[in-house]
Order: sequence, then C-alpha cells, then structure tokens
Amino acid sequence: MKKVNYRNFSISSLFFGLLFSITFSFSATAQEGDPDVGKGLYNTYCAACHRLDKPMTGPALRYVEQRLYDEQGLDRQWLYSWIRNSSALIKSGDAYANKIYNEWNQVAMNAFPQLSDTDIDNILAYTAQEPPAPAVASVATEGEGNSGGSGVSEKLILGALAVLFALLAMALILVRQTLNRFAEAKGVQIEETKTTPIWKAFVQNQFLVLVTSIIFLLASAYYVYGYFMQVGLDQGYMPVQPIHYSHKIHAGDNGIDCNYCHSSARVSKHSGIPSLNICMNCHKAIGEVAESTATAEYSKEFYDGEIKKLYAAVGWDEATQSYTGKTQPVKWVRIHNLPDFAYFNHSQHVSVAGIECQTCHGPVEEMEIMYQHSPLTMGWCINCHRETNVKVQDNEYYAKIHEELSKKYGVEELTAAQMGGLECGKCHY
Amino acid sequence: MSSNKKYWKSVEELDQNSSIVETLKQNEFVEPIPTDEFLGNKESLQNSATTRRDFLKYVGFSTAAASLAACEGPVIKSIPYVLQPEEIIPGVANYYATTIADGYDFASVLVKTREGRPIKIENNSLAPTNGHANARVNASVLGLYDSLRVKGPKKDGQDISWEDFNSEITSQLDKLNAEGKAIVLLTQTFASPSTDKLVSQFKEKYATAKHVIYDAISHSAALDAYQAKYGTRGLANYDFSKAMTIVSVGADFLGDWQGGGFDSAYSQGRVPKDGKMSRHIQFESNMSLSGANADKRVPLTPSQQKLALAKLYSYVVGTSVSGSLPEKIDTTVKNAAAEIKKAGSNAVVVTGIDDVNAQTLVLELNEFLGSKAFDPKTTIKTRQGSNEAVAQLVNDMKAGKIGAVIMSGVNPSYTLPNASDFNEGLEKVSLSVASSLKEDETSNRCTYIAAAPHYLESWGDVELKKGHFALMQPTIRPLFNTKQFQEVLMSWLGIDDTYHNYIKAHWSETILNGTSFSDAIHDGVFVAENSTENSTVTTSETSEVNEASSSTGDAARKLVAAVGNVDGFELALYTKTGLGDGQQANNPWLQEFPDPITRTSWDNYITVSKFDADKLGLINRNVANGGLNGSYANITVNGVTIEKVPVIIQPGQAIGSIGLSFGYGRTEGLKEEMKTGVNAYKVYQDFKVSQAVSIEKAAGEHEFACVQLHNTLMGRGGDIIKETTLEIFNTKDKAIWNHTPMVSLNHIETPVSSPEVDLWDEFDRSIGHHFNLSIDLNACTGCGACVIACHAENNVPVVGKTEMRRSRDMHWLRIDRYYSSEDTFAGDMNKKENISGLTSSLSEFREMEVAAENPQVAFQPVMCQHCNHAPCETVCPVAATVHSRQGQNHMAYNRCVGTRYCANNCPYKVRRFNWFLYSQNDEFDYFMNDDLGRMVLNPDVTVRSRGVMEKCSMCIQKTQKTILDAKRDGRVIKDGEFQTACSSACGNGAIVFGDINDKESKVADLKKDDRMYHLLEYVGTKPNVFYHTKVRNTTEV
Repeated sequence: MKKVNYRNFSISSLFFGLLFSITFSFSATAQEGDPDVGKGLYNTYCAACHRLDKPMTGPALRYVEQRLYDEQGLDRQWLYSWIRNSSALIKSGDAYANKIYNEWNQVAMNAFPQLSDTDIDNILAYTAQEPPAPAVASVATEGEGNSGGSGVSEKLILGALAVLFALLAMALILVRQTLNRFAEAKGVQIEETKTTPIWKAFVQNQFLVLVTSIIFLLASAYYVYGYFMQVGLDQGYMPVQPIHYSHKIHAGDNGIDCNYCHSSARVSKHSGIPSLNICMNCHKAIGEVAESTATAEYSKEFYDGEIKKLYAAVGWDEATQSYTGKTQPVKWVRIHNLPDFAYFNHSQHVSVAGIECQTCHGPVEEMEIMYQHSPLTMGWCINCHRETNVKVQDNEYYAKIHEELSKKYGVEELTAAQMGGLECGKCHY
Repeated sequence: MSSNKKYWKSVEELDQNSSIVETLKQNEFVEPIPTDEFLGNKESLQNSATTRRDFLKYVGFSTAAASLAACEGPVIKSIPYVLQPEEIIPGVANYYATTIADGYDFASVLVKTREGRPIKIENNSLAPTNGHANARVNASVLGLYDSLRVKGPKKDGQDISWEDFNSEITSQLDKLNAEGKAIVLLTQTFASPSTDKLVSQFKEKYATAKHVIYDAISHSAALDAYQAKYGTRGLANYDFSKAMTIVSVGADFLGDWQGGGFDSAYSQGRVPKDGKMSRHIQFESNMSLSGANADKRVPLTPSQQKLALAKLYSYVVGTSVSGSLPEKIDTTVKNAAAEIKKAGSNAVVVTGIDDVNAQTLVLELNEFLGSKAFDPKTTIKTRQGSNEAVAQLVNDMKAGKIGAVIMSGVNPSYTLPNASDFNEGLEKVSLSVASSLKEDETSNRCTYIAAAPHYLESWGDVELKKGHFALMQPTIRPLFNTKQFQEVLMSWLGIDDTYHNYIKAHWSETILNGTSFSDAIHDGVFVAENSTENSTVTTSETSEVNEASSSTGDAARKLVAAVGNVDGFELALYTKTGLGDGQQANNPWLQEFPDPITRTSWDNYITVSKFDADKLGLINRNVANGGLNGSYANITVNGVTIEKVPVIIQPGQAIGSIGLSFGYGRTEGLKEEMKTGVNAYKVYQDFKVSQAVSIEKAAGEHEFACVQLHNTLMGRGGDIIKETTLEIFNTKDKAIWNHTPMVSLNHIETPVSSPEVDLWDEFDRSIGHHFNLSIDLNACTGCGACVIACHAENNVPVVGKTEMRRSRDMHWLRIDRYYSSEDTFAGDMNKKENISGLTSSLSEFREMEVAAENPQVAFQPVMCQHCNHAPCETVCPVAATVHSRQGQNHMAYNRCVGTRYCANNCPYKVRRFNWFLYSQNDEFDYFMNDDLGRMVLNPDVTVRSRGVMEKCSMCIQKTQKTILDAKRDGRVIKDGEFQTACSSACGNGAIVFGDINDKESKVADLKKDDRMYHLLEYVGTKPNVFYHTKVRNTTEV
C-alpha cells in the first residue's frame, strides 16, 4: 500500500511539474478562462464526440490549444472560427482545417455559433487542465481505518466487561473464603446440610423434566422448521457472472437510473436484462474506467478488461470505432428466479405503485457484485401487500374503487390487501 | 531395470534352510485369517445386528444423504439480445395482422407473438370478410412448431443446397421447354393476385407451362355453374344476416361449404330481435352443424335431396318436374316452398349438391327471388379448382405426356381418389418438385422437395372475394431453411428480388390505387373502393329471368334425370370441423378436438342411422371403463373397398345413407399417434361427395374416444338447456318460458335466487370488477373455435386417444351436444312430466335415453361456471380453490394436493385432473414433448404438473392484463376491453364477457335480458356464467 502511495506521489509530482510548465507557456499566448465553467460547457457541447485523452468521433482535446500552437502555429482566433463554423473554415481553403477534415473521415464538426469567446476560453481552459491524480488508494485506506476503529471499540468494551465479571467472581470467592476462615477462627460450626446436587434434583423433579423437554422439543422444532424453510431459498445468491458488472459503479457512483437499462420494467412483467446495445450507448465513449474508479480489490486494469469483454461480445472494434458484426451473446446467470406458478409483474410495482427498485432488490447501488437481497418467498410478498398502501392519487382507474372501498373499510388509505392483493389467483394462474 | 541387490527382512533369511523362511514364502499372511470363524459360524451371522437388509438400508440412506447434501439449485442462464429490436419488449405481446390461405382455410387473422414467437391466432376485427378464425385456423399456429416439418430442400431424400436445387431444376426446365414437353404447375387455390402474375410470367418463360388448380375437396360443380352464369370462375357470396328464411339442401354452410365463414352473419339473424329471427330449414343426409342448428331438419338421402331441390324450385317458380318423393317429404318441400314464396326477397336457398344442374338451379332460384342475402357480385375466389383439368392431368401423366410437375399446397397422392394412377404417372414424369411443409405422401414420391415455410413465416396476398384483399406477412423469421413457392418461382424466373417487394410493386400498380401499402399490411386487409360498382357481373334482366327459368327448368329436369334409380345405400362424404381436408392431420389439438356432432375425437367413422344399423347388425355400446365401442364395417364403392371402418350410430342420419369424413387415414409425414382413421378420399370417385355404396359388417369392435356418452337431456330442459319457440317467446310472459326454479322455505315456494333461501352469506361484489360471461344459445352454432382458442391460450395439454376414452380429456371448455328423445325437447319435457312412478317409469326413462330418429339438437358450451357459492371451494382440504371478489373462482396449482374432492363436488363437471405429467413426457408425445412444440406455450399461464386439478380460470391472465394496462395508463376500463380466449374467438357473438359492475356494459345488459338463466339454477350455486334461452322459430306458414 505504501509503495503505491509513493508511486502515485511521484507521478503526481511529475504532473505538477508539467502543469507548471504548461501554465507558464499558456500565459504567454492567451488570456485565462475558468476551467470549472468550461467543464460544464465541455460536457454539454463537446463530450458527445470528444474525449480529453483519447480519440473518439473527433480527436482528443487535452492541451489542444497548446498542441495547435506548437505544431501548427495556430492561435486561439483560428479555434474560435473553427468551433463556430468548421465547414466554413474548410471551404475557405484553410490548409489545416482541410487536413483535419480529411483525417477524420470527412465528417465536419458540428457548428457552435452560440458559443461566445468567453465560453470557448472557458472550454479551452478546461482542456488545458491537468488530468486529475488518482486518489483511490488513500480513499481505500481511510475506509479500512474507519471500519477497523469501530471493530476495536466493540471488542474493547466486551473485553473490559469480561475482565470486570472475572474480577467480580474472584471477589465473591475470596469473600466466601474469608468468611469461612472467620467462622473457623470463631469456632462456629458450619452445618453441612445434605443437599442433593442440582442436576439430581432436576432429574428427580418430573415436572421440570417435562417442561424442559417440551421447551427443548419446541425449540428444536423451531430451528428445524426454520432450517427446512431455508431449502430452496436463494437469499444472498451471488453467482459469478461472465462479465464483472458493477451496479455500484453504474447505479451508485454514476447515478444511472435503474430504468435506463432495465427499461422494460416500466411496461412489462420482466425487468429485462439490458441488451448489449444499451451498454454501448455509453460504452462507445467509455472504453476504460477512470483512475478513481479502481478500488483496492479491483484494479483499473481489471475493469478495463471487463469493458473489453463487452466489446468482444457486442463485436465492437475499438481501433476503427465500428461494429464488426461478430457477436457473442452474454450468458448471464439469472439471480432472481421465481417458480413458474408465481406470476410477478414489474410494471405493476414500478409504474403503477411507484415502488423503488431497492425495496425488493436491496441497496443495488452499493453492490459491487449483484446478489439476491430479498427471500422472494410468498410470506415476504404477502407482508408487503398487507402493509403497503396503494398509490391511488392521480390514477383515474382507482378513482371509483378507492371511493367505494375506503367507505367500506372506513379508511382513507387502502392497502394492497384491501384492494384484493392477497387473493390467490392474482399471482397464481 | 533389474537389480541384483537382495533385500532381507531378518537375520533368519541368512540361513538358507530355515523352515520359518520357507513357511513365510508360502503364506502371504503370517497369521491365519479367521475367515472360517467369521463365515463358518452361521449362527453368529444370523444373530448379527447388521442383516443384509439393514446393510442395504444403510447404503441407501447414505447415498440419499450424500446426494441430498450435494444438491444445488440449477443455474439458470439468461441471454439478452445483443441488439434488441425496437418493437420487442420481453414480456409484452405484439400483434400482427396476417392471412391464412392454405388452399382450404382462408381467413384474416391477428397473430399474437411473444418474444418473437407466434403463440395464438385471434380474429381480425378489421376484416370485412373471413375475419373469424375457425377451429382449424385457431389450431394452425401449432403447425408452425411441427417437429416433422421438412427442414431444408431435398433431392431424392438427401439434403441439397438451394443453389444446387435451383440450378438443377432451371436447367431441366429449360431442357424440357426446348423439347416441347409439358410443364405443369399443380397448385392449391392461391387466390393470390401476385402469385397469378408470377405464374403468368412463368408461363411466358416456359411456353409449355400449364397451371392446374386442384382443390382437394372439389367445388367444381358450383364453380362451373357460377362460371356459366356469371363468366368468372368463383362462387356466389351469401350474407345470411339479411335472410329471414333460409332453406339449405345439403349445404353445411355453418361448416366448410364454399370455404366457410358464413356463420357469424347467420348468427346475427338467429338472435331474436323485436320479436323476429330467421327461420332455417335444412334438408340433408348426415347430421351437420347446419342441420343441428336448423329450426326444421329433414333427413334425406343425397338422391332424394336432388329431387327435393328440383321440386322446391318447381313449387317456387311454378313449373313442374317429374320424379316423386315420399308424400310426407313432398309436403315438407311444399311447405318450404310456400315459406320461401312468402318471404320473397328475404328468403335464400343454398345447396351443397355437387351437380352443376343443382347449383345452377339455386343461382336461378335466388335471382328469381331477388334474394337480399344472395350476392353474386362479390365473387368468392377461394375455390378455383377444376375436376376435368385434374383428371386430364392424371391421364396425361400416365400417358407420359408430362415433362415436369411442380406442386405447391397439394397432396394428390393422398387426396386423389385415383392416387395410385397419379403415383404411377408421377414416376413417368422426368422432373417432379413438391413445395411442401412435410415429407408427406406426395412429396416423398417427388424427386425434389422445396421445403416450404409455414404461412406464419411467409409473405403473400389473397383476394378472398372480389375486391376484398388480404395480406400475409411473416410473424417470425423462418425456423428452418425454407423458401416459399413464390420465392422459388422467382429464382427460377431469374427475378432477383424478395417476394415482399414483388407483392408491394404489384399492389402499388394494380390494387392500392394510391393508398398506403404499410396501412394495408398493418390492417391485413384492403377493400378496393369501387370493386362492386365496377364489377362486370351482368345481372339478369326480368325478361332474361323467364328465359333463364325455362332453361333451368331444363336444369331441374336434368337434375331429376341424373338421380336415376338408387337402390342400396348412398354414401355422403363430408369434412369435419376438426381436420377438414386433412392437411393438419399432425396437429394434436385438432385430433383431440371432439367432433361437435358425435363428440368423438381421434377418429373418423361411418355414421349410420339406427334403423339401418339394426338392419345390418351394427352396434354401439358403452363398456365398463366408460368407453364407447362400435362395430366395424367394410364399405365398397364401385369396386373400391375400405375395410374395417368403425361405425357410429348417428341420430338424424337419413335412412339409406351413411356418412364418412375426409381428412383421416394419412400415412406419411405425421407421428404414429396421429395416423388415425381411414382415408375417405379413396372413395371420392369422380370428385362426387355422394356415392352408391354397399356395407357389410366386419368382425371386431372399435374403441372410440368419445367424451359424451349420454346423448339426451332426459326431459331436463328446464335445468340445462332452456328452450322455447318464437311464438311463445313473443306472446307469453317470461315466467312461462324462463321459469326461475322454486324451493320450499318454511313451506312457502320461494325462488331459488332469493337471498333468504341461501345457506351462505352473500359476499359484497359491488366494488371493483365483477366478471360475468354470457353465452347465447341462439347465436352459438357449436363450431368449436372457442375450444381450440382456449387450448392455445391456457396451455391445455393433449392427452391422447386412450386417455380421452377414459374421459380424462383436459379441455377447459367443452361444447355439450344434446339430442331430443322425442321429436322435440319440449316433447321430452312432456313425457317426463307424465311418467308415473307407479307403473312404467323405469322403461320410460330407459326410452328417454335413446335419441330420436331425427332429433332436435342443442349445443351448450360449458366451462367452469365460477359459482359465487361454489361447491368445490367448500370441500377443498387445503384451500387451493378459493373465490375472488372479481367473481373468478381461483385455482392455485401449487397449493393443490390432488384429492379431487372438488371435481366430485362440482355439479357441472368442469374440473380436470392431471393424471399424468403431460409435458416433457415420452408417454405423451404430443406438442409439449419437444422443444419446438413447447414454443407455442403461453408464458403467462402455468404448465400444470402431475397430480393437480385445473379448470377454466376465466382467463384471469387476460383480465389482469387489461386491469394492469388501465392502471398504468391511469384510465377507466372501457366496455369490451375485458375478453376471455373464448369470447374473443367467438365470431358469432355467442360468448360475451365483461364486468357487470359497469352498468353500461353489454354483459350487464345481457344479464338483465329476459332470456337469461343459469345452468342448474336450482342447485343454488349462483354462477357467474349465464346462458340465454334458446328460441326456435317453429312458425310454419
């Protein structure tokens, strides 16, 4: 861990050096923009076709101004006109503009006449920024430290208690010995009452034996029942998937809405495993993870490798940025399996009831590896139907039945059960 | 490598003569093993705690324990699309409009697909013609997943590539063409404008090419008559909803007459409205669906029918013909004629006699009447075959005149009466190609098989009737390496395009008239705007009528003359609702579908009247295991004998006639289980459905799979099928003809429906939905489309013939058929009322078990009645069947332990028990036993396992879906949105489903109707299914 830190440090110091040199060289040619404002503009206008460090639809833009200045001797004015209307510049016969145009498959860049000089300055300032130094390792160590701390404190309390009890016991024994010694010294005869040992007394007391054995039997029946009820349940089922897909990164860190990928959950009984073209909506542009995404457990290389697996499956050639047409469908391992005789419809719960996915699927946004969070038993379903109120607001379908049922039950809010959600045939047909 | 080193174990070995060493060398063990002590002592062995049995128990236990411990749940893989098609959402059904045109059935349908798999056929409500799928069309989706389909092109039974296939055939065709040898396209009726164009292009390229259209079941007579009169080859159209008096002579127009599709219009006229309904008189020999629905049915032999038609004509028009009918029949014909005359243009006459004169007569008669129901302008195009052309072809083939035969959609080696001649001729043909779905009787004898796709995988267009076009579009990518006939023709013609584009181009040019092709594809149908106006059919002027009538007076005379002298039996060949012409013989749904009339499945048989059966010594009897057995008979037509045909005694069969259905007796291209019945095409000589026949009894008894052994109502019309006549219905109070059963409460007669007599507290069903199903017995023709639709929707298994025979059929919906024992059901009621318990009750009840010679017939669809006070629910020990607020009686399969108490306590006998595992079980090798066949299963309905009870769920998966859709859209459900499989399949409007808490709904209105009653109402089960009293129009002139 230390070693990594050290290396990171050395790399970042190198970056700092670079940054210094760049800022100095920049200040010579151009006025400053605000990189933070620039970031927003960049993401709005440029990010669809350009990445900072890698070519995409268009060339990589990191240090673009510096590069143009160094290599072509072009100044910011050229960039203004290029960005505002590149095709005009090409038509005007500008040599470099035509060169770029031909290099990038003769696809002209979109015109952005709405961008002011300041906007472009800001964007350029953003592109001139240093790539952020990875801060993964430190985050990870911090996390560990925290969790360790809480563990120790619990153990400490327990240990202290144990010592305390031991001391108490010792004290009691000592007190007894001292008292005995006093008695001997004073000549008091302690009557040796003939007491039967407790276990013998217990055995002799038939009532106690009976009660105990009943309790014992009940308890074991409880546990045996509990054990058998576990059979066939897959709560916590966490299979290894062909591609290590992290819900934590997608739904958690990047906050992608569940329905973006699982779109059929809104209209269908199946939430649907997203087809690979959905993945490619983003991963066309995201060929590797950011340094900050890597964790102690999973390195950046590992994640990048998983993205490569996606590319192989969908038949995406990174070099040419095109589909090869050779696909290998991914055989995911299905985690949530309902038996054939139970009907469950996602759209009923997601669209109609407006239930959060996490209610049943647990903290998916924290799951590095997806697992089955809920038991998916009938009892679990039923409990929820008993407790959950039906969302009837602004739904004309419910208007009449809600009015009548709330009058019948004398309540304002109706549970799914009152609505008829416990009837066998609602789920079994 | 050997070593010379010697290893020693003790110093003793140094002494070469040591006895110890010697002894040790001989014995492996230093100390003797106490084997004798162990095995020799039998006593101790017997006393040993571990006996051999115990040992086996231990082994068994440890094996079981070990394997149990090693048990893990199966790993289920889930494979999403790489590129998901936009229109497919897993779990949501898509519907596509398409058209079936297999040469026998033509219909515009909607195809329900799930995840890209077609799983059900529905009616296309946009279609003005043939928009209702019959039982066969409903079942046709299963044909797509037939495991015996031919999976790629073949030559002499070997696989071949399409490239080789096409190049070999084109070179041969070129050669034959150069030699001047005839090339014949022998096809089904396509009625397809685009195919017609292709065929004419083919004829242009190959000068010697000829197109012969062959309908397995010929309509040549009607076609010839129509062609002679109106100039085009086709059939006259009829709209029975416009007819108040319908007289049919031998036309089963509710069945397959003229391609079928007339029943929904007929049903419209059968429901009494404003005191009026149509009157239907049927003259026929076999008991057909039409005869069963008729108000008056007259059994006549085929030759008597010809006479009757001629007489009818003469009585109406006022000419006279010779020939004599028995007086009683003559009077009936006279009465019918009087009714026709009275009805005038509201009357219509149809006939199924395959005689040009008879058909001409009917066309003339309808024109004479100016019948509103008669529509000769909208020519039906779905039958175009010609008997002469086919007969000529067979002769030419035998004579070696034909160079090539290219077939599509036909199976002449099975369907031709002279199939052996055809087969002989086929061997003399140098190039034989069959475009076929199967390796069937014909394609197996051809050199090349052009593997054809199912219609659900094909493009196509059909002109069902003049100006009424329909489009066929694929609903799934071809499952196998198949090319449709048209595509094959196109590649032979060197047209490098898809058939889709070809159709599109042709339609844009000639049919669409500027409207959008995409819209036409979406609707599946297209009606040309000015088709009828532009029609060139000449309607006869008044003066011509007289001329025509005199000429048809001729026809009438010819018809009578053609009758000749008939002695002995007459055979009337017919098609069954289930198998039709036999194309779908490998379809287990249709094989298991009980015939609406005989209620027998998995067989064809000759139907004989009781009178003739007694004469010939033929019997039917019920045997101890609940099965029906019948005699065998050999029948001989003109020297051709079919041996061992099972016999069913059919009430209503005209004396002197027997019936036998087509479609059975297939031998190739189908599973062993499906090779049922005898091939009636063998006696279809000269393509005549009526033949002189001789019968003799054969040895042995046939085991039928008949699901209804009790045929009569026993005078219980008031409980089961309520009936009345139009006269009573119009004039009398409801209490007279639709009487609510009374029970005694404190010695006071109280209606059974009143709450006071109830043992149970009524649930409050006023909130939410309350589903009811209405069945109008007047509109129901018994066609059975609902039975197959239910089969497809609810994953109902097929159990096979032996299980059917044991009454273990799994149909959730059955259509009971009852015969009257007296002449009418009313007569039965009277007889029962008057039976005295003291004297002759036993014998008279026995008499009532026997159906009359010409009985009244009634159909009644029965499914779970979803009783509000369900007897099944109270007896279930595990509460697996319970009631819902929505009126549906739920059945939780996973809860059921199979006690079958519920089935025993059900008064309607609608519960079905899974005696076996019917899916993935080699003992039941039907569609559920192969991966392909299981693709038809509805993913929203559980496939039931062994040992559980099942029954109609009132399509709860469909009602729940409708509710969910409305909830998602946040709207109120409109009337008509709720449907069950049966109600949406019923093209006749007999089955209506809906929510009675929606007071505006149609079903709520129907429930308030005076004709409404419940099945076995006196039991007090309060069903959510109700029926409408059958009204018969017995008003004679």
